[in-house]
Amino acid sequence: MKEYDKLIFEISRPGRKGYELPADNYGHDALADIPAGLMRGEAAELPEVSELDVVRHYTNLSNKNFGVDTGFYPLGSCTMKYNPKINEEVAAMPEFAEIHPLQEAETAQGALELYYNLQQALSSLAGLEEFTLNPYAGAHGELTGLMVMSQYHISRGDTRRTKVIVPDTAHGTNPASAMVAGLEVVEVKSKPNGSIDVEDLKPLLDDTVAGIMMTNPNTLGMFEVEILEIAKLVHDAGGLLYYDGANFNPLLGKVRPGDMGFDIMHINLHKTFSTPHGGGGPGSGPVGVAKHLVDLLPNPRVKKDAEGKFYVTGDDRSLGSVSTFFGNFGVMMKAYAYILTLGRNNIRNVGPMATLNANYIKESLKDAYKLPIEGPCKHEFVFDGLLDKSNGVTTLNVAKRLLDYGFHAPTIYFPLLFHESMMIEPTETESKETLDEFIDVMHRVAREAAEDPEVVKRAPVTTAISHPDETGAAKNPILSYRSLKKAKA
Amino acid sequence: MSNRFIPHTDSDIAAMLKRIGVATVDDLYADIPEEVVFKGEYALPEGMSEIELRRFFKELGAKNRRLTVFAGGGAYDHYSPSVIPHLLERSEFYTAYTPYQPEISQGTLQYIFEYQSMISELTGMESANASMYDGATATAEVMFMMVASSRKKNRVLVSSTISERVLEVVRTYARFHGVELTEIPECDGVTDLKAIPAELAKGDVAGVIVPTPNRYGIIEDYTGLADMVHEAKALLGINADPSALAVLRTPAEWGADIACGDGQTLGMPLQFGGPYLGYIACSNSMLRKMPGRVVGATVDASGKRCYVLTLQAREQHIRRQKATSNICSNQSLMALYATIYVALMGNDGLREVNRLSCDGAHYLAGRLVESGKFRLAFDKPFLKEFVVKTDLDVKKINRRLLDAGIMGGLDLGNGMIEFAVTEKRTREEIDKLVTLMLQED
Repeated sequence: MKEYDKLIFEISRPGRKGYELPADNYGHDALADIPAGLMRGEAAELPEVSELDVVRHYTNLSNKNFGVDTGFYPLGSCTMKYNPKINEEVAAMPEFAEIHPLQEAETAQGALELYYNLQQALSSLAGLEEFTLNPYAGAHGELTGLMVMSQYHISRGDTRRTKVIVPDTAHGTNPASAMVAGLEVVEVKSKPNGSIDVEDLKPLLDDTVAGIMMTNPNTLGMFEVEILEIAKLVHDAGGLLYYDGANFNPLLGKVRPGDMGFDIMHINLHKTFSTPHGGGGPGSGPVGVAKHLVDLLPNPRVKKDAEGKFYVTGDDRSLGSVSTFFGNFGVMMKAYAYILTLGRNNIRNVGPMATLNANYIKESLKDAYKLPIEGPCKHEFVFDGLLDKSNGVTTLNVAKRLLDYGFHAPTIYFPLLFHESMMIEPTETESKETLDEFIDVMHRVAREAAEDPEVVKRAPVTTAISHPDETGAAKNPILSYRSLKKAKA
Repeated sequence: MSNRFIPHTDSDIAAMLKRIGVATVDDLYADIPEEVVFKGEYALPEGMSEIELRRFFKELGAKNRRLTVFAGGGAYDHYSPSVIPHLLERSEFYTAYTPYQPEISQGTLQYIFEYQSMISELTGMESANASMYDGATATAEVMFMMVASSRKKNRVLVSSTISERVLEVVRTYARFHGVELTEIPECDGVTDLKAIPAELAKGDVAGVIVPTPNRYGIIEDYTGLADMVHEAKALLGINADPSALAVLRTPAEWGADIACGDGQTLGMPLQFGGPYLGYIACSNSMLRKMPGRVVGATVDASGKRCYVLTLQAREQHIRRQKATSNICSNQSLMALYATIYVALMGNDGLREVNRLSCDGAHYLAGRLVESGKFRLAFDKPFLKEFVVKTDLDVKKINRRLLDAGIMGGLDLGNGMIEFAVTEKRTREEIDKLVTLMLQED
């Protein structure tokens, strides 16, 4: 394919246009009446391109991308499962796309019913009382959930509880969300197998603790078997348990967070419930809570009256608002379509098959990659680089070499527990044949590392670009076309 | 086991279990305490085929009513070009993750670079990030940027003329994070600028946030504000409608340090409130305090121009609790939406959109005022959104409109109605609206 490297600004030609609008028949230029001091001086420099220019340009850009539809995407902790096409179709339906968020409830019953029923479905799947679907993403859900935690203590007059316990293996968003929520982070140590060290936890549990944030299975893909003891300890100390739903996928069909003692959780609809990641968003991060926390959920709330009509309301006890309207509604539609497609029986296979796939890869590759923790994992697991590191081939090298073979790389250098972490999550939507191909390529890369290490270190060699200068990019940031032109001049 | 999203046949499962060395899939869950294993039924219906699912959504959709929209309040019924959804459905875009592997993500990285460039052009600011969740959370993050940029100051002033929904979110974020928020009162529909010096004089103000246009659609005059704020060693943030910035004085021209707002006006479908996007742009001196993803241009080993995620040392996955924000994603696909929209419209198209909306809004306002039953609530310049006051029963009017398939203006209480007119509305629709509004019951 011809190499295409233009910016949309660079194919702009003065006088060309990509739009047509109706003629203005109001008979008066009201814009000209606005005082000049309130109007823009210098015009914005925006592209002037035809419709076909735009279509070709972005089609060309799409060809430089790799998505789940392109190939296997074993990115640990991201749950890159297949994004069903029917979900896209229903989300685009004009019956929903053209509904204004402030329409009278009676004219938006379909949208409100979907919101209400999706939150009920998630409640059932999570073993919690009720969800808000307003948060926009996983990290936004974490923030909202921590606000619920904080609000709970404040509402009881227990204002000293400002600390939140976070395992040292947690996703980076956990401590960052706690910071934004105004809570102080206290780290609890992990045992060598990655699970929380209960003996290290106990002395931390005093009356300044608001709660603990955990994910289970943890970031190593291992189930926290002492969860019931941890829940009891935290609850006895007056704290709440927050469940980071990033790792919820393997539990579908097997375990519900509410049944493990969690009081609050968020779900990433773009992980467990198949909505696309969109190159970084939009996602959706619904937050569910146990019964005693329901009134604290953010406004607006969607409820159902005795006659089965849906309505929008707010609660004075609520923590406040975290979104302009109802969150990323279009994303919710896709998740709901997915849940309805699988239904109550097939959804039970999601977790088990995701777990089967992960264990299959793990057991097939531990002869070439260092497996730090033995035993069954759940949806994902971590290798600590190659078994044989004598040639200096790193996890980064292996990851880049995988790109040459047409696979996306695993998550690398996370969790921080090991120097050469390589976190692999296949998801349940991948077939045995795809996993076998991946296993075969991983073995081949390990052989290359042993026999011809430079091949691996030079990788990737087949991609559109190779070894970008990231240090230079950060040292001298060029973040717009205007500054790019300036830098060239 | 097998369904169309889960491909495992019985023989696959048997072969895989054999390799793993366990007898059953349940054995992989043997470490889970028996008490927590879920043995009940999920409260979900039976799975649906695609035929049934389509029927289901068609029936559900029929419970919504598609209306002719004359309301805004943060979501505007602008024209959305046909090209955009087609390009957004390129699955190389929408099934990709955050571009962590630049070698196979140049598509995403380049459109984000283009998006940042366009936001910079529209706001006049030097640099923009890769987008935020929405305008309200972006504004709350601007408040945090202000506090983080000053050493000891922990107070932010926000105009009470900013959208009510934005203000709600800013209040929530401020309360939990521990930022002291002072709301500047309004005077005749605009920010009472005279109230600001006394607050600034207290010496504890990190920044001031004001809107354009404001919650009543008014284009406020911020002459002198930036100097006032900067003399007090504080920062000025302006929450602005990016579409309107094609014609209105930009945050940069007002002397702002940071701009933010909601990108829905860049042609995004109403979609019952989302997904839209939030944007943040700032002067380069603030760059390292800015939250969110940022894409920068660089070169690869062979000197080829390319794009990478950059300035990541600010972010949660590196800095954890010391990060500038907890934000991990952006609204990437909506940033692509905005990018394609702006590329198609260009400067002239955006000007025309504003001209049509502005002319329509003024036509509607004129017709209502000349009826003698309505008057403009404020004698101030506006673009596409405005408030009228009436002694008539607003609820009755809106009910009548609804019966005719029209979403009238937002009822602000006290006989105040807020209308928004976009380029999608026609003169005939406006005439019909006015006729219905003036009808006696």
